[in-house]
Amino acid sequence: MIDFLTRPWPWYVAGPLIGLTVPLVYLYAGRKWGVSSTFRDVCAATFPRDLDYFDYSWRGRGTWRLTMAVGLVIGGFLAAATGPTDVAISSATHADLAALGLTDFSGLVPAELFSWRALTTLPGFLLVVVGGFLVGFGTRYANGCTSGHAISGLSALRLTSLVAVVGFFVGGLISTHLLLPVILGGGS
Amino acid sequence: MNPDTKRRGDAGSTVRPDTSIRSEGASTSADPGGASGTRPERLWPYLLLGIALGVVFTRAEVVSWFRIQEMFRFQAFHMYGIIGSAVVVAAIGVQLIRRLGVRSLTRAPMQIPGDTFRLPGWQYWLGGTAFGLGWGLLGACPGPIYVLFGSGVTVMAVAFLSALVGVWTYGALRDRLPHT
Repeated sequence: MIDFLTRPWPWYVAGPLIGLTVPLVYLYAGRKWGVSSTFRDVCAATFPRDLDYFDYSWRGRGTWRLTMAVGLVIGGFLAAATGPTDVAISSATHADLAALGLTDFSGLVPAELFSWRALTTLPGFLLVVVGGFLVGFGTRYANGCTSGHAISGLSALRLTSLVAVVGFFVGGLISTHLLLPVILGGGS
Repeated sequence: MNPDTKRRGDAGSTVRPDTSIRSEGASTSADPGGASGTRPERLWPYLLLGIALGVVFTRAEVVSWFRIQEMFRFQAFHMYGIIGSAVVVAAIGVQLIRRLGVRSLTRAPMQIPGDTFRLPGWQYWLGGTAFGLGWGLLGACPGPIYVLFGSGVTVMAVAFLSALVGVWTYGALRDRLPHT
């Protein structure tokens, strides 16, 4: 059991557990599960200026999800402290990424791109800063992210969520196959 | 009624919580909870939920940039299995709640979005694609940004701040962006 808890979990264990979150959160207080709204809550709490978009009761609407976000940080800490974090990706992906110049495949993310040192390189800066900006901008423009649209939205059979998820993949495919080769090729 | 209930719906956005089903149920059933109708919502369940999800996200490696790359290269079933089975389980749960008219533990109305087959507007196409561009680069969506920070990838704090700038930019430009 302990062994199982510390090893990587297969999709058929993790997926249903993540899916259960949606009905559980509804059953507790009727809330629609989603994570990206916490970004809006933080903006509303810290720098709302006079923008209509941030003029709402972030305490009333956001405290539950901000609390959950704190839990996500703690959970990430606990999991990383108690188990291995190396990821056994497919050999095809390994080969593709090696061809792009990656050499270090240890950890959850490549330190060559996602570390404070890498942040001062052009590829590291583009991936973290521009990537982060687009995640934030896109998620509020589309009114949801992977949790709110792909899981909560699709589970409620919403066509708008399906379109948003198609958009997620269109954007992701463009980044992976068109932008990433340019970014990584230009930095090494 | 919880005074915040009316405001939880996203003002100005096109997604409105469908409270019609629940409010009907709420008005017809006797409520021993008193005049307020709702019970207090505690925060510790959400903290526990976040911790549990943080562990699941890390153990299942959905926070890994490598796994997201694998997904966008169609080279493994892992991420598709996770998202697909999550949607199926969530959908069964949501349908049961709807069909059986289950009430929430705190008696607050269910904010399950209605399955209206409206034609999705520009905001879903453009916003979704912008999010996807970022997801492909950063390899992390909002949940994993928090989880990765906790797991020791502290540079994700920068991604978080960038995401806030992105959200704020959206808030500032919203009137000028096509939505419908």
